Amino acid sequence: MPDAVIAFEAASKTYAPKANAKGGGHAALSEVSLSVQAGEVFGVIGASGAGKSTLIRLINGLEKPTGGRVVVDGDDVAALGVEGLRALRRRVGMIFQHFNLLSSKTVADNVAFPLKLAGRPAVEVKARTAELLARVGLSDQATKYPAQLSGGQKQRVGIARALATGPKILLCDEATSALDPETTEQILDLVSNLNRELGLTIVLITHEMDVVRRVCDRVAVLEAGRVVETGPVEDVFLHPASATTRRFVREADGEPAAEAVLAGRVVRLTFRGEATYKPVLGQVARATGVDYSILGGRIHRLRETPYGQLTLALTGGDVDAAIARFQAEGVRVDPVLAGEGA
Amino acid sequence: MNNIDWAEIGQATLDTLTMLGGSMVLTVALGLPLGVILFLTGKGQMLENRVANGLLSLLVNILRSVPFVILLIVMIPLTVALVGTSLGVQGAIPPLVAGAAPFFARLVETALREVDKGVIEASFAMGARRRQVVLGALLPEAMPGIIAAATVTAIALVSYTAMAGVVGAGGLGDLAIRFGYQRFQTDVMVVTVVLLLILVQALQMVGDTVVRRVSHR
Ligand SMILES: Nc1ncnc2c1ncn2[C@@H]1O[C@H](COP(=O)(O)OP(=O)(O)OP(=O)(O)O)[C@@H](O)[C@H]1O
Ligand SMILES: [Mg+2]
Repeated sequence: MPDAVIAFEAASKTYAPKANAKGGGHAALSEVSLSVQAGEVFGVIGASGAGKSTLIRLINGLEKPTGGRVVVDGDDVAALGVEGLRALRRRVGMIFQHFNLLSSKTVADNVAFPLKLAGRPAVEVKARTAELLARVGLSDQATKYPAQLSGGQKQRVGIARALATGPKILLCDEATSALDPETTEQILDLVSNLNRELGLTIVLITHEMDVVRRVCDRVAVLEAGRVVETGPVEDVFLHPASATTRRFVREADGEPAAEAVLAGRVVRLTFRGEATYKPVLGQVARATGVDYSILGGRIHRLRETPYGQLTLALTGGDVDAAIARFQAEGVRVDPVLAGEGA
Repeated sequence: MNNIDWAEIGQATLDTLTMLGGSMVLTVALGLPLGVILFLTGKGQMLENRVANGLLSLLVNILRSVPFVILLIVMIPLTVALVGTSLGVQGAIPPLVAGAAPFFARLVETALREVDKGVIEASFAMGARRRQVVLGALLPEAMPGIIAAATVTAIALVSYTAMAGVVGAGGLGDLAIRFGYQRFQTDVMVVTVVLLLILVQALQMVGDTVVRRVSHR
């Protein structure tokens, strides 16, 4: 893949065992291989302790892999010297769950900090800071201190600061996990805009499938330090292959598992794009004489694409013919095993 | 109050302020870097070094465990070597610094430990060098704590200067002991104690005000 700006090549990370911990030395990441393409929003989802932060910290060299390689923007991160690493970090911005702003500096000075670290001239620092604050909508807060801001405003300062040195990659470690739903949406919109307008490649870590669904192009699912599933968000979201992924998807939907069904065959229909709005269900039922009862369903958007999923119990008539007709209409049909749920 | 020699009290006040000012400047000049090094060489920190940290820590603990009066006396040869005399205000300053700098260093170390690790990590992620992290992020973030530490240290120095009377350093504490205690001039003792109280109060108020000014949490 020629356009990969970030490539994990069987990267592993085992933290040195703590002196007082017994056992110790278990792998936080085990042979993770994945690549992030230029200009995409790549999500990494996993439960607490799955190794998400470790993974993202390997990208800007805050941690070194204990096995394999991580190549970022053409550089093998572990092989970089002090200055090489500093140069890489100016090309890779990062934002954090708890914002990590300097409480002793004003909003403007926080945003200016990476520029001063890079030794830019004062005039440039001033102009660039003003420009960045305008971009995140905080021009009128420049002289305030972080403690005087709301969570959403703090994360905007974090974003402005991360963009200061003009990076081409933005790393987001649980950037919305400390925010309420409304603010989360605003920050995610801002991140999406940066991706579109600046062509920024974004790696976004989260434990919420909803965040992935809203902004990511592709997603990797991490479990106990291993990637258990990876692919376009649509595929992973609509047809999760692993139990971990199914759990995240169900959490995002808040949908109960289908209860025991007395009769008939239980299937899950997935409509995507155009098919979502077609009156397929009634047509097929009339044509094949099949009866259906709806056990569960949802209609949502994956970024711009509408989709629907229905879990049905099909009875009577020609069930196989009905399934074939659904498929002919571009609807995906998956059998649902009893107890597996929608 | 007619047996109070106000000129002598004035001189004693001046001596106390000189000892306090001189030893405080040197205490900060030595204790601050010492505290920073103690912190940076500590476990899990950016210059982690068990040997260096262990030795510095031992030195600090030794100086802190010796009672100040003993320190005054055992340091006499060193004091003479450093400032030419072991007497007077000059002679008091080396032992005052030796007593206060390790104390201040420990308080600085504690203040640095309070700094949010995430802020340090974010600074590195922005491409900061270690020196830039220490000077540009760590110290500014710890500044309220460091100033509070300096206030506590200055007040401890006030009581140390009183004991420095033992080496003939002069000052208010010395006056209180010589006139008030040894010659039963209670009024002199009361005046000196009131002056020391005012000094301590003033230091605390100034310290608290500065902490409030530099703290933006
Ligand atoms: N500095 C460290 N030293 C030792 N072990 C660590 C360190 N950082 C993380 N770990 C361990 O590595 C594993 C993965 O941690 P990591 O922080 O990457 O998980 P995470 O997916 O980000 O979790 P969370 O959602 O809680 O942030 C955990 O078992 C954790 O205890
Ligand atoms: Mg984490």
